[in-house]
Amino acid sequence: MRDIGQVNNPYHDDKVIDACSLFGVMDTSGGRFSGEGIIRAIANMHVRGNGLGGGFAIYGLYPKYADFYALHVMYLSREGQREVEAFLKDRFDLAYAEEVPTRLTSGIIQPPAVWRYFLGVGRHKPEEQSEDNYVADRVMEINTRLGDAFVFSSGKDMAVFKGMGYPEEIAAYFCLEQYQGYLWTAHGRFPTNTPGWWGGAHPFGLLDWTVVHNGEISSYGINRRYLEQFGYRCTLQTDTEVVAYAVDLLVRKHGLPIEIAARVLAPPFWNDIERCPPGEQKLLRTLRQVYGSLLLNGPFTVIIAHHGEMIGLTDRVRLRPLTVGVKGDMLYLSSEESAIRLICPDLDRAWIPMGGEPIVGRLGTSPQPQPVTIGEEVTSDAN
Amino acid sequence: MKTYLPSKFLIERDPERCIQCQVCVNQCSFDVHYYDAEDDEVRSREENCVGCHRCALFCPTRAITISRNPMDYRENYNWRPEVIEDIIKQAETGGVLLTGMGNDKGQRIYWDHLVLNASQVTNPSIDPLREPMELTTYLGRKSDRVELEPDSHCLKTELAPQVKLEVPVMFTAMSYGAVSLNVHKSLARAATEMGTLWNTGEGGLHPDLYQYGSNTIVQVASGRFGVHPEYLDAAQVIEIKIGQGAKPGIGGHLPGEKVSTEVSLTRMIPQGTDALSPAPQHDIYSIEDLSQLIYALKEATNYTKPVSVKIAAVHNSAAIASGMVRAGADIIVLDGLRGATGAAPKVIRDNVGIPIEMALASVDSRLRQEGIRNQASIVVSGGIRNSGDVAKAIALGADAIYIGTAALVALGCHVCQQCHTGKCAWGICTTDLALTKRVNPDIGARRLANLLRGWSLELKDILGGMGINALESLRGNRLHLRGIGLTDTELEILGVRMAGS
Repeated sequence: MRDIGQVNNPYHDDKVIDACSLFGVMDTSGGRFSGEGIIRAIANMHVRGNGLGGGFAIYGLYPKYADFYALHVMYLSREGQREVEAFLKDRFDLAYAEEVPTRLTSGIIQPPAVWRYFLGVGRHKPEEQSEDNYVADRVMEINTRLGDAFVFSSGKDMAVFKGMGYPEEIAAYFCLEQYQGYLWTAHGRFPTNTPGWWGGAHPFGLLDWTVVHNGEISSYGINRRYLEQFGYRCTLQTDTEVVAYAVDLLVRKHGLPIEIAARVLAPPFWNDIERCPPGEQKLLRTLRQVYGSLLLNGPFTVIIAHHGEMIGLTDRVRLRPLTVGVKGDMLYLSSEESAIRLICPDLDRAWIPMGGEPIVGRLGTSPQPQPVTIGEEVTSDAN
Repeated sequence: MKTYLPSKFLIERDPERCIQCQVCVNQCSFDVHYYDAEDDEVRSREENCVGCHRCALFCPTRAITISRNPMDYRENYNWRPEVIEDIIKQAETGGVLLTGMGNDKGQRIYWDHLVLNASQVTNPSIDPLREPMELTTYLGRKSDRVELEPDSHCLKTELAPQVKLEVPVMFTAMSYGAVSLNVHKSLARAATEMGTLWNTGEGGLHPDLYQYGSNTIVQVASGRFGVHPEYLDAAQVIEIKIGQGAKPGIGGHLPGEKVSTEVSLTRMIPQGTDALSPAPQHDIYSIEDLSQLIYALKEATNYTKPVSVKIAAVHNSAAIASGMVRAGADIIVLDGLRGATGAAPKVIRDNVGIPIEMALASVDSRLRQEGIRNQASIVVSGGIRNSGDVAKAIALGADAIYIGTAALVALGCHVCQQCHTGKCAWGICTTDLALTKRVNPDIGARRLANLLRGWSLELKDILGGMGINALESLRGNRLHLRGIGLTDTELEILGVRMAGS
């Protein structure tokens, strides 16, 4: 029998449920900074997790290999590694590979081997397919068809580090204080089942998209069935995965701006749509009519990131917490305000966004320190 | 010929309570009660009683009790009383046994083997009395994606016509002629009040009802009764009827006696002539013919309204439904084994077709596998009894539900299965003017609207309990269902897991 910690979802539950701490920080001017701050911030929310999963996503991480897809792959066995490496060699141009450096850390038990590969697509892909689609398909293939291996992340100039343990332990294990990036997200996990599988920790990623998620998506069943129509295979039986794929579908494949995609995931109520001006009303109504099956229903907060953007979003009745902090070019998103204040005590402003209201940080655009209050919205509408 | 049929019911009249007022005599349309002037006593011909309870409920002194005739046959699993009596009836008439309403046999009712989920601890349930809870549903073809103008981000995608429902429950096709004008008025007014749709059935739309057009589905069936441009223009949705659950593959026959002046006008046939609906539509012998009719109707109405196609749930429903969607249907309607009728051969009603739960599950799955589920809405009907059934149907994948029998019960129907006789004592399934006035459209509309209001509140409670605040998050979400007492094959077809797993 296999070690239960090495298998995802050993009880075959519909989905893995977890509650969590989230943190995201971005320098919208593009300056790279170390992970020391975010590690302290996420550690400050220690009690929101239970040591069964922690992880980080870092953007602007590998400037030296910025043109190559950085695949972080977890191995549970030597055979798994051999099989995947043969697969990768066959389908990509390999620029560089190494085992991800780690240090012995108390609290990290039986870690799997984690390797990183910098890969070019070259002439391996069919002409009509984009490089991104080619890579995404190969990642799906490894995760669903090849055993004993799992791809943590697959974007360029970014990576996901995650595993079993508290986030600060994971950070210590992977020596994250030594890395630099312009955008970091972090996650501490409190799963209600699944004793813990390294692949089941957050962030979840596909290409350079990552998601950290706090909540339970009660619409998971239909979100999953809808995405399956578009060729996504939900392999992890966790609701976070559908968030990642939904964003991938809406933004990458269907070309919607992230603010509009957020209106699909957490749409306004029909009554509110009826009150919008005609053009906006039609857009919002059409989005809900077409993408109703992608509405994420149930309590959630997510921080979604990809190159150049970080988005915080809660469900439309805000059943899970999200606080925003702004200081100059820095944008902070966190489950708790105290964690932001710990590493940046003199914020320009901190506030709690409305349910379903996306908070978007964008490279080159300073974050707006003044949120629109409900009262202001009403008065400006009246004008 | 002396009949060998025993009476179905016994009628007991309490002599202490009976005041010989003869209300029962006037109320009974089956000629059961009569007044014996010589003895100054009201008496009964029990052999005529169908168990509709009209007399018992209208007796001012509550003097009448109707009960089943306990005359027992020798126990026999094969030769049950119904089997024996059907043979007796045929031996005495030499005809096809006719019946009304839906299949009353013991085939498994899957709704009763499915249970719903609720939130506990890991996510909060939502109180619909305090938080918004959305049942709004749009029927019609949806595009694969939404496209925006590259710079302005204005909407570029123009969706096919969509029809909005405030409640995902509509009134199914029941034709004028089969049911009375007052029933149509009740349905139309209730649908308008509740923001849903009612369906004309195949008998046309009475001129008085054009005012309810924006809540009306008009049917185009094999007899083409009452189909003309204004009829199509008046409607919100046009429905092509291929078949119905109570009698898949069988046509219809409205006897000439029911074709009154008004019915004749509405159906556009001579008064007193039989209205025969052929078994197939004679211009649809194949899927490409269906496509032609769909587009003929769309052309005729300038692509302003969705076209729906209704079939009876049969063995290859999934493949047929896929063909219908590809042929251009914007809504597909599946009517299951328990779907009811004004009149059908009993052997067909009770033996042909498949349960709606199975048909729905397989059609929804098939359309998703083929990536065309968004191209048509799915509406199901056939024995939906309450909001629990509605919630389960939506979780299996339905966009909306049609009710027929439930609506008639709201109007007074006691499911006595005599629709085919035209003698409905409740004044529903008849065109006899003395009987039809028993349904007052104002009261009828109120009863129907109340039913939908009650179901809406219950649906909101069900959704809130699951921690969901919009119906689209339940639609096709089979993880919120579990099966009880079902085999692996049944669970597999339903796409539902066993309770406890």
